[in-house]
Amino acid sequence: MKKILGMALAFALTLSLAACGGGGGGASSAAPAPAADQPSSAAPAADAPASQPADNAGGGDGVITVGFAQVGHESDWRTASTKSAQDVFAASNGYDLVFVDCDNDSARQLEAVRNFIQQGVDYIIIDPIVATGWDTVLTECDDAGIPVIIIDRTIDDSDKYVSWVGSDFKIEGLACGEWLKAYAEAKGISEINALVIEGSTGASATIGRTEGFKEIADREGWNIIASQSGDFTEAGGQEVMESYCQSYKGQFNVVICQNDNEAAGAMTAMDTAGISYGVGGDVILVSFDANRPYVQMVKDGKINANFECNPMAAPTVSEIIQQLEAGETPEKQVYVTESWFVAEDAVSKITVNGSEQPVILVTQEVVDGRPY
Amino acid sequence: MTKKKITQHPLFLPLVCVLLVLAVNVIYDISQGNGIFNFFITTIENGVLQGRLITILNRGSEVAILAIGMTLVVSASAGTDISVGSVMSLCASFCCMLVAGYGVSAVSSPEEFSMPLIVGILGALLMGCLCGAFNGTLVAYLNIQPMVATLILWSAARAIGLLLCNNLIVYVRVPEYGIFGGYIGFLPTPILIAAVCILAVSLVLKKTAMGMYIQSVGINKKASRIAGLNSRRIIFICYLLCGLCAGIAGLVNSSRITSADSNNIGLNMELDAILAVALGGNSLGGGKFNLAGSIIGAYTIQAITTTMYNLGISSAVTPVFKAVVVIVIVAIQAPPVRIWFQKLRAQNHKEVARV
Repeated sequence: MKKILGMALAFALTLSLAACGGGGGGASSAAPAPAADQPSSAAPAADAPASQPADNAGGGDGVITVGFAQVGHESDWRTASTKSAQDVFAASNGYDLVFVDCDNDSARQLEAVRNFIQQGVDYIIIDPIVATGWDTVLTECDDAGIPVIIIDRTIDDSDKYVSWVGSDFKIEGLACGEWLKAYAEAKGISEINALVIEGSTGASATIGRTEGFKEIADREGWNIIASQSGDFTEAGGQEVMESYCQSYKGQFNVVICQNDNEAAGAMTAMDTAGISYGVGGDVILVSFDANRPYVQMVKDGKINANFECNPMAAPTVSEIIQQLEAGETPEKQVYVTESWFVAEDAVSKITVNGSEQPVILVTQEVVDGRPY
Repeated sequence: MTKKKITQHPLFLPLVCVLLVLAVNVIYDISQGNGIFNFFITTIENGVLQGRLITILNRGSEVAILAIGMTLVVSASAGTDISVGSVMSLCASFCCMLVAGYGVSAVSSPEEFSMPLIVGILGALLMGCLCGAFNGTLVAYLNIQPMVATLILWSAARAIGLLLCNNLIVYVRVPEYGIFGGYIGFLPTPILIAAVCILAVSLVLKKTAMGMYIQSVGINKKASRIAGLNSRRIIFICYLLCGLCAGIAGLVNSSRITSADSNNIGLNMELDAILAVALGGNSLGGGKFNLAGSIIGAYTIQAITTTMYNLGISSAVTPVFKAVVVIVIVAIQAPPVRIWFQKLRAQNHKEVARV
């Protein structure tokens, strides 16, 4: 009996190990696709650190080893962020990327960072799943002399990292509000009754976008009827929108979805309820993130405006690493540049936080030119 | 006499609970100055059934389907299958992977399919059975505790799903795939699928001796074996069915969003399924079970969620409200509380008699 239990446990362990190893394998097999110019060199490069961590410890061969603890792959945005890192930190650029998909498990992410320290990577990139609980592990990185670069989400309880690279979510929210104001003026819409589908509760993107939009809404005296979380998923957006349609049918004319996946869900729910949206529809639909399929929907007139949240942090991170290699001190906070996409040419410029920014009318070239 | 019979019926308390949850909405609507039965208005708009009640039946389908399998597993093996949520995700990923082809992240027309849709669906159901058989083998034939045995797939199945999908969300954006989570005529398909599953299983349980076999194995495995039942096979079959239910629920959930979002499909749904069994008045210690109770339990959970949406409660505090409601429901059904109620009633009766 005991023997059998032992065997089963051993089997369970093997299975879970296989699953973890497989996760890395999945990531490395994705690497050759973007690095189409050198597919043969990219694949072994990504595999090597997993099998022979000791060999990388020296790092004296000019190859920069970078460990990247990614959140997961819960959305297309995340996939684009991962792809961007795999492209930039490819072997052809003199990098060796150790990629870990943490599957939205913060414990796994801490473990991944500790593994990076043990493997002796040269730089660690973290997209923190949670904002707190980082001080201990970042101190360990500091003691090991490995510079840490934070991307996308933020860390609240430690400043033992070199730089943070990401989006200014509040600016995104403000831009959304400013555009809506200008658009409503241009279209002669006097009253704004908005429904908001928020992202995951407590996520910095949710907080920033909500704050930014609310600031404009308060200033303009708009009515935000309801604001509930759709967890950044299509299923969540669908369920919240379904509920909104039942509660407030005919009472709203704007729907703000805080990411593209939620917008997809909201569209299905509005289709079912028989509510028209987009260009010429009863409801102005606004989304954030601006992934290519959803920029296409802007062009098709299904989404009125889409506010980019640029996932391509990797090129900026690469610049920071090069600065560090050259002995320079990079800035503590670096924002990536972002664009605003719209379906109609009613508004061409908006003033966000005092600076004038262009609004891009989506054409086929714009869609084709999207990197993700 | 008849009054006593109603209150002692095993379905009485679960039904009271679901009605209590619905009553909250009536109170809310009255306080908001809406129509008293605003929550219950069901109409056909845009060619399909609409209304909060329909939402509860529709959105509750997955948990209801899971609850069928979970009830049998709990009854036969006195343990729970905690892998169902992950298995849902795996089955959905497998279906979309088969249909779209490995490594493809989106297909938008049937011409791009690498395999016909029916192959994907059958594959997913088969995968569900396979996972169920794996759990069943561990529990029935290797005598591993159910929670430990199903812990393996709880952690591994979702990860395998991720591998199958090459770490991407796979979109199968065709109306044919959306039908399982959409509408047939004016009726939401998930309701139909759940109804068919419930009918099929209850027919088998009622018309054959299977229901009795499962209960007897759950009450005493050894005695059942001595009495001539193949206890191990019965437990195995229960887990197999539970896996199949997870496969069906996974398909429905993935069809709603016409994609395989392996990170989120069925996330924490195993807990809802277990809760549904408990809310239905079933003992998690195995033995006697009441399938109808579990189904009512499943819809109670969805009724709570839908109520939260209706009340517009901020999503941050929703879990707290849910927890409070669940505590109240479970406490009402707890044996000491029931006995206390009975005593109270007896006392009243006595006093009335004395007067």
